Amino acid sequence: MGAYNKDIDEVDRVLINLAQNYKPVTARPFLELAVQLNMTENAVIERLKLLDNAGIVSRYGAVFNHKRAGASTLVAMSVPESDVASVVECINCFDEVNHNYLREHEFNIWFVVTAMNQKEVDEVIFILQDSYSYPLMDLPMEKSFFIDLGFSI
Amino acid sequence: MKNYSISSGLLVDLRRELQKGLPLVQKPYAEIASRFNVSEEDVLSAVDVLNNQGIIKRLGLVVRHRELGFVHNGMVVWDIPSDNVNYLGGVFAKEPKITLCYQRARRDGWPYNVYCMIHGKSRESVIDVVNRLVSEYGLEDVAHEILFSTQRFKQRGGLYV
Repeated sequence: MGAYNKDIDEVDRVLINLAQNYKPVTARPFLELAVQLNMTENAVIERLKLLDNAGIVSRYGAVFNHKRAGASTLVAMSVPESDVASVVECINCFDEVNHNYLREHEFNIWFVVTAMNQKEVDEVIFILQDSYSYPLMDLPMEKSFFIDLGFSI
Repeated sequence: MKNYSISSGLLVDLRRELQKGLPLVQKPYAEIASRFNVSEEDVLSAVDVLNNQGIIKRLGLVVRHRELGFVHNGMVVWDIPSDNVNYLGGVFAKEPKITLCYQRARRDGWPYNVYCMIHGKSRESVIDVVNRLVSEYGLEDVAHEILFSTQRFKQRGGLYV
């Protein structure tokens, strides 16, 4: 947890900051990055592989606009500590669930449900409500204020 | 642009690949193209289509904050009067320490309607950001809570397809 931070050198740092915000729809996106970083294309690819293997990056890919890409919602559940593990196991079984976190609050389990359409999102919530009697809040997004440009390190 | 050749099937397949991540090779789109038995040009055009439709918000490296040492993740929830949501949402969106800012539906017993995500290397650094926002924008009377995450059970891109 955070241990890899020490292994990140300045080149990684610049690469990570640049590669998050760069939006190349070119046949060779890593060559474009390499030119900007004054590196070779293969060196960029090797560094990305190392960061990937270290778990520091989850992917070089797309972040989708939730509203345009399909349906999604944030769900909060209030689950007694003794039952958290089994409830989480059940929640995580759904492919539609991502970003599931335990938080310090009476509502302690927070996760995002995404699917192609609202019906599929509602189905997941229905099943969870049907399976558990714990308080559950469905908190759909009404407006996004932020264009995610990545995370500066 | 040969958009007419971009089938909806290719768009769905491509979205799945883009949310898993590009292969880390010199010509990632060509490799994806060979999997789908289409041309590299078709795949690049399909990415353009997803971009132009606003479906792709960002294409690039997706980092794991926790592994980078930003182990403290605070979700700040605010009860902001409706007529002030757009102004403050815009303000929060420009704050470099805030990585996400959404307006969400209120619920019975849950008055909060604006959510911000703040990552920090310490708990105090997250609290400092919130305190600064409160004093900078006169939010002393705005009810808010910071919900720190203590465990991550799952983190990956949304699977839409």
